[in-house]
Amino acid sequence: MEIRVTISSDQDIVLARQKGRSLALELGFSSGDATLIATAISELARNIVSYARNGQVILKDIQGSNRVGIAVTATDNGPGIPDVGQALRDGFSTSGSLGLGLPGVRRLMDEFEIVSKPGQGTTVGVKKWRL
Amino acid sequence: MAKRDESSELLRELVAHLRQNRTQLREEWVNRISETRLLTAMTKEEIFAEATSVYDSYVEALETETFEALQAYARNLSERIIPRGVETHEVVGIVLLLRDVLARSLFAKYQTDFKKLNRILDAYEPAANRIANTVAVGFVQERERVIRQQQEAIRELSTPVLQVRERLLILPIIGVIDPQRARQLTEQLLRGIRTNRAKVVVIDITGVAAMDVTVANHLVQTVEASRLLGATVIVTGLSPEIAQTLVTIGVDLGKMNTVGDLQGGIEQAERLLGYKVAALAEPS
Amino acid sequence: MEVPILKQGAVLIATFQAALSDADLNQLRSALVQQVVRFRSRGVIVDVTAMDVMDSFASRTLREIAHIIRLRGAETVIVGIQPEVAFAMVQLGLTLEGVATALDLEEGLAYLNQKFKTMK
Repeated sequence: MEIRVTISSDQDIVLARQKGRSLALELGFSSGDATLIATAISELARNIVSYARNGQVILKDIQGSNRVGIAVTATDNGPGIPDVGQALRDGFSTSGSLGLGLPGVRRLMDEFEIVSKPGQGTTVGVKKWRL
Repeated sequence: MAKRDESSELLRELVAHLRQNRTQLREEWVNRISETRLLTAMTKEEIFAEATSVYDSYVEALETETFEALQAYARNLSERIIPRGVETHEVVGIVLLLRDVLARSLFAKYQTDFKKLNRILDAYEPAANRIANTVAVGFVQERERVIRQQQEAIRELSTPVLQVRERLLILPIIGVIDPQRARQLTEQLLRGIRTNRAKVVVIDITGVAAMDVTVANHLVQTVEASRLLGATVIVTGLSPEIAQTLVTIGVDLGKMNTVGDLQGGIEQAERLLGYKVAALAEPS
Repeated sequence: MEVPILKQGAVLIATFQAALSDADLNQLRSALVQQVVRFRSRGVIVDVTAMDVMDSFASRTLREIAHIIRLRGAETVIVGIQPEVAFAMVQLGLTLEGVATALDLEEGLAYLNQKFKTMK
């Protein structure tokens, strides 16, 4: 199962997190976990809108050796993040908002990966496993 | 295609043989089970009854080459025998014994035609291994489910959210806190705040064995989340040593409302709730 | 999506729906501030019971609403944050610092009435 949501406006942020919540519930996550996942998706989609304008969020179920989970990938072709290390520290912001929210997203999920090249865009991949 | 047909035909022959000799093979199997001292938690009659069902399901799985019915039976069997203390090695053991008993009877039947024996075993072995696998996996999964359930129950028991007065909850935390338990504690407390319409919560950590930066951060998060629901948290039982450690590692205690002991915490909670705490007059 | 704002005496009550976009939130902020001025309200209750996600933008908007309304001399209280949402918020580091919170509408009204008494 793979769900792609094109992100180009604030409406799409709402759509992406709603789809994420339904997929999480379908995969058997508790509603508490589904809330954490939906919140993380909201932050990732918001980063796309605020920093890159366009991109997409891909939601996918994943199978581990004896567990299932959900993977969320947020991709854009925006300006990229010049200093990823700095962006992962709490309280960092370039747009005058509450920041990129990346450290928070990392706390909400189990696994976190980011690839960003200045001028070429950013991809953030996160996973959460069902206990 | 031709190979598959041949294999199916051999399996049919095999199934007919196992049906014909059902009584004798089943008895042999049950004897081997008691000889090897497997399923000691069960009576002879029980073993016989289960053996009959397993035998028939086994043959059926060979015949139909579908494993759903066997899988369902394995799960059902596991559900019944796990509470009686039957171990994984016993379940795997009996299925392997059955595989061996049946293989031997095939040897006996086809010993004069070695080529045919080989072909029969080629058809039998993969199916038999798959059956053994199905039963073992079914048992282990059921066991894991039971263990998860028990862990859940133990955790629920170990984190009681007590309502001592209207709108006042007490959460005594005892023992070791790992991240999973910390999260459960928080979720339980937040639900408790909502269902009891609590305005003040006293979290007593006198019984907490150790506090590191992770646990401390969880505590701070619990306090913050409770406030978002409109409840004030008072933390009691924070020893000077732990307080010192927390300050040293940079935990912001300013966000926490702390009172020395549980009694003092409850008194402050009552003041916050508007109760008048009056000392009883000394009897004269 | 229009957020309904109810006027009850000196208090305005805004009820959030689940799927509010950023534009909806911005619109609500302006509408609330305008109405506080227009009705000379003393208190504002923002009911977020239906919200299933409170991300950084929603949280920031709530803080801004509370701060702007305080500048107009009125009090704001956020009510109805769900336990699961609260848990996700603190994980994200969103604690609505400096903003009053209460369990539900009833508690929010009680909080404001208490405030009004002490204010005079």
